[in-house]
Amino acid sequence: MCLAVPMKVLEVEENVARVDIGGAGKTIRLDIIDKRPEVGDYVIVHAGFAINVLDEKEAEITLGYFKELFAHDSEAH
Amino acid sequence: MTLKHISEYRDGEICKEIAKKIHVISQKKIRLMEVCGTHTMSISRNGIRSLLPKTITLLSGPGCPVCVTTPAEVDQWVKLARKKEVIVVTFGDLLRVPGSESSLGAERANGADIRVVYSPLDCLRIAQNNPGREVVFLGIGFETTAPTVAASLIEAKKSGLKNFSIISNHKLVPPALFALLENQKVKIDGFICPGHVSVIIGGQAYSSLVDKCQIPCVVAGFEPVDILQSIYLLASQIEAGRAELKIAYRRVVAFEGNEKARDIMYQVFDVCDRRWRGLGMIPESGLELKEEFYTFRAEERFDLSVPDAKDPPGCACGEILCGTKSPHECSLFGKSCRPDQPVGPCMVSSEGTCAAYYRYQQ
Ligand code: SF4
Repeated sequence: MCLAVPMKVLEVEENVARVDIGGAGKTIRLDIIDKRPEVGDYVIVHAGFAINVLDEKEAEITLGYFKELFAHDSEAH
Repeated sequence: MTLKHISEYRDGEICKEIAKKIHVISQKKIRLMEVCGTHTMSISRNGIRSLLPKTITLLSGPGCPVCVTTPAEVDQWVKLARKKEVIVVTFGDLLRVPGSESSLGAERANGADIRVVYSPLDCLRIAQNNPGREVVFLGIGFETTAPTVAASLIEAKKSGLKNFSIISNHKLVPPALFALLENQKVKIDGFICPGHVSVIIGGQAYSSLVDKCQIPCVVAGFEPVDILQSIYLLASQIEAGRAELKIAYRRVVAFEGNEKARDIMYQVFDVCDRRWRGLGMIPESGLELKEEFYTFRAEERFDLSVPDAKDPPGCACGEILCGTKSPHECSLFGKSCRPDQPVGPCMVSSEGTCAAYYRYQQ
């Protein structure tokens, strides 16, 4: 039930944003999100409200951490 | 929709590599509990258990809001739905949760006006379009959902909507984790903390749990790589005798959480004691409307008192939610209780532990 889905922001207005979900457009609300999303951002949407912006940099950092972890491994062997 | 990085987070090779690391470090017999229905489903669907060493047992906790509703709460919804002037508005999962003698689905088949929405905001439109009727929303869900209900109530108040109210069955996750650790029958060595609840409450919400109970907590995302990474982070802490808080879902969860959402939630709700299925009464684990919002409290408009109700006979949901039993240990599992005819709430939503086991592990 706490399912929340990333959706790409197409347009931002005062308290709503148009987002793309699998090719279909949809309007979501920005009442409870604490950062203002920009066009092109992915927002995490729950029950019609954006709750956060997906941080792509952090996504890369985590993946980089795996690579490091595995590289470390092969060196050790 | 192409979401950057998503394929990496589902990459089977990365999963295998992390699993290998887990096999290397894992010595102690440990029990990790996930406290989110979406994790429960992802673990089953991706066969995560089969990738883990025998030393690690994964338990599913009270992480699905549908599963932790009490039979008395369902009886209240049913009582409400039987009132001719009422339109009950709800999230779809609730329709099939059995109460002590009926369910919303059965009431709907009998002619009750019950409508399923995706967002609590949809209720406002239904209320505006039905001025002669009373529209009541069933407010269930954890910290992820409660702010969306709060924002909708603020809007309803602003627009002076008179024929709209809610029943607040909202529950809060951290107090339930404390309650689980106090339960002597349950042995838990680490928590896989819910990703989207944590968007709102932040990693910080688990700090006191980690400090006071010396239990490692890792906030996890929902892809298989996310879940395996969090298991690795928990196992390595436990092997080293450490208890720390880690956020393994930084692309979505910040340590501070979403303060704006919490402010909105506490503009509308006060914390109250609440009864959970399987766990009983847990102090300060629920949300009730603040006095300023009492005009939106369904209990103020209708008599919704119901007698105490018991769990369905034979159903082990209570024990499953505490991690003391697995679905296979329930004598009804897969026999009289199946997703097409659930006896207990854990078989209702696809995120319920019994439903996830039934679907992916038979
Ligand atoms: S199998 Fe059905 S009856 Fe048994 S614990 Fe699960 S939901 Fe309850």
